Amino acid sequence: MAGNTEPLSPRAKLAVTAGKAAAAVSRAAGRGSGSVIGGRVALKLDPDLLGRLAQHLDVILVSATNGKTTTTRLIAEALRAAGPVVSNALGANMPAGITSALAGGSDAKYGVIEVDEKYLAGVARDTTPKVIALLNLSRDQLDRAAETRMLAEKWREGLSGSKAVVVANADDPLIVWAASSSTNVVWVAAGQAWKDDAWSCPSCGGVMQRPGDDWFCGECGFRRPAPSWVLHGDYVLDPHGSAWPIHLQLPGRANKANATTSAAVAAVFGVPPQVALERMYQVQAVAGRYDVVSFLGRELRLLLAKNPAGWLETFSLIDPPPTPVILSVNARGADGTDTSWLWDVDYTQLAGHPIFVLGDRKLDLAVRLEVAGLDFRVCESLDEAVQQAPPGRIEVIANYTAFQDLRRRVGN
Amino acid sequence: MSNGLRLVWVYPDLLSTYGDQGNALVVERRARQRRLDVQRVDVRSDQPIPTSGDIYLIGGGEDRPQRLAAERLRRDGGLNRAAANGAIIFSVCAGYQILGHEFINDLGEREAGLGLLDVVSTRGEGARCVGDVLADIDPQLGLPQLTGFENHQGVTHLGPTARPFARVQLGRGNGTGDGTEGAYNDTVFGTYMHGPVMARNPMIADLLLKLALDVNALPPTDDRWYEALRAERINSATQPA
Ligand SMILES: [Zn+2]
Repeated sequence: MAGNTEPLSPRAKLAVTAGKAAAAVSRAAGRGSGSVIGGRVALKLDPDLLGRLAQHLDVILVSATNGKTTTTRLIAEALRAAGPVVSNALGANMPAGITSALAGGSDAKYGVIEVDEKYLAGVARDTTPKVIALLNLSRDQLDRAAETRMLAEKWREGLSGSKAVVVANADDPLIVWAASSSTNVVWVAAGQAWKDDAWSCPSCGGVMQRPGDDWFCGECGFRRPAPSWVLHGDYVLDPHGSAWPIHLQLPGRANKANATTSAAVAAVFGVPPQVALERMYQVQAVAGRYDVVSFLGRELRLLLAKNPAGWLETFSLIDPPPTPVILSVNARGADGTDTSWLWDVDYTQLAGHPIFVLGDRKLDLAVRLEVAGLDFRVCESLDEAVQQAPPGRIEVIANYTAFQDLRRRVGN
Repeated sequence: MSNGLRLVWVYPDLLSTYGDQGNALVVERRARQRRLDVQRVDVRSDQPIPTSGDIYLIGGGEDRPQRLAAERLRRDGGLNRAAANGAIIFSVCAGYQILGHEFINDLGEREAGLGLLDVVSTRGEGARCVGDVLADIDPQLGLPQLTGFENHQGVTHLGPTARPFARVQLGRGNGTGDGTEGAYNDTVFGTYMHGPVMARNPMIADLLLKLALDVNALPPTDDRWYEALRAERINSATQPA
């Protein structure tokens, strides 16, 4: 399937060249990596370009509310054991960014592609993927996105009839609902700490029962499928019951879950779990996330948390008290302009940590923490927070644009 | 069973999508700061609504959960019995619509509400109302300016026994074009304001506590962060971006 079975048409070639030129202009003008603008120009010249670029690849799509960028990186590392990989590693995950990334990998065998949730069905139609990995769905950017169940429904419609192997999280009822229209599903017990978007049955609206790790609808019989891959502590259990240790530089339970899904994806292409997991150790930081940086003589670990489920996973991986914690929240366009999600996050889990608060919406956060009964200090800048923080490595947790602001300030 | 203040959070499994749980957290916190013995009860939609609560809070949610919540609340009947007992009820957005006579459900059909507020809701034709709101609360309630965030497509018409909770200076509120926002009668309140509304307007939490306790005043609390947030949001709503 992979390899250069059919050369690009002259029109597609022109589109790729024009796209690259536009990207170069954009880079020269200082507007970021230029990959999105390049892709947009290329897609305009040849709307079928994405499909044509994908034709030469074994395509793997990855989508989720949280963890898709990291999982895309982990799968890409694992599959390099089997051949060259092209990937939108920088997280440009809409059609233009994906087109641009694929245009840069003419000699690749595999295309590992992160896809924005809203575009999954369309990209799956255009690229005829071999595998689609679905990790989780939860509330995100409330004033922009459709409701999570509608999204699951769209996935469900989009994936029915697809020949792809769907590698899906059996612990997230919305993911199971979305995946269960597919004929070929590999279920992974990857966990899902956040449960507040799936208390009502996506199939019939009944109340979901959730004893322990299991879940089922008491009314229609929709229930958790039996998984063939399982995340068990620090191990991946494969379909034969063998346990493989997970060694990651990336912290946290959620990344072990991402590694488990990635191992299941790699196995579809014949990469054994041991080889896949060993290769994943090389992934250090993803677009600055989890990076430990030096700033004003202190060590800061930068953690991105964009939505309630993400904050929950992040709280579970930070060092225990009295490790100081800096929280930064903005509400610019890319964050969603509504801050009410702060109230879905259980900040009482930060009790015992010295807490420093900053960002455009530090006062929303201050009220949230006050109501949670926590002690905190509101700061005007990262510098001020770092200077006031007691000794030790500082955990810095921020939402999307706040995270970008922090990276710029620390020169990362 | 304690004989303290019972705070009931209605159907978090269906109507807790826009952070409106914050209202329960703020009421609970402010009650505890007044050394009140407060018991918070979260009632899932497969459980009966207790009828002996003092304050009931009901939040916003998406269209399908809203219909499911209305069906289950009608079948249960507990909230209507609590209201008949004189309980204080505060509702937001989808919850507000459910407390009225009827609203338009996710299937585009008219769905019966609980009839606890004399309002009828329909769906607006125009764009969704999303953004900061600034409004004057009904002077009879004696509260300062309302600051909130709205995100809805509903239009709510008030009948003769419902009073407008506030009049908007900025934003859409009830979406009827007459400048009204929310509705209330003696014990039942409804608003389109998220935020959650009590994080920006803690005096609403205090109003509910005073009504439930039947007192005119409460001991003061340290409200500097609420005040700072209010000032910032009011300022940002009145300054063009
Ligand atoms: Zn069901």
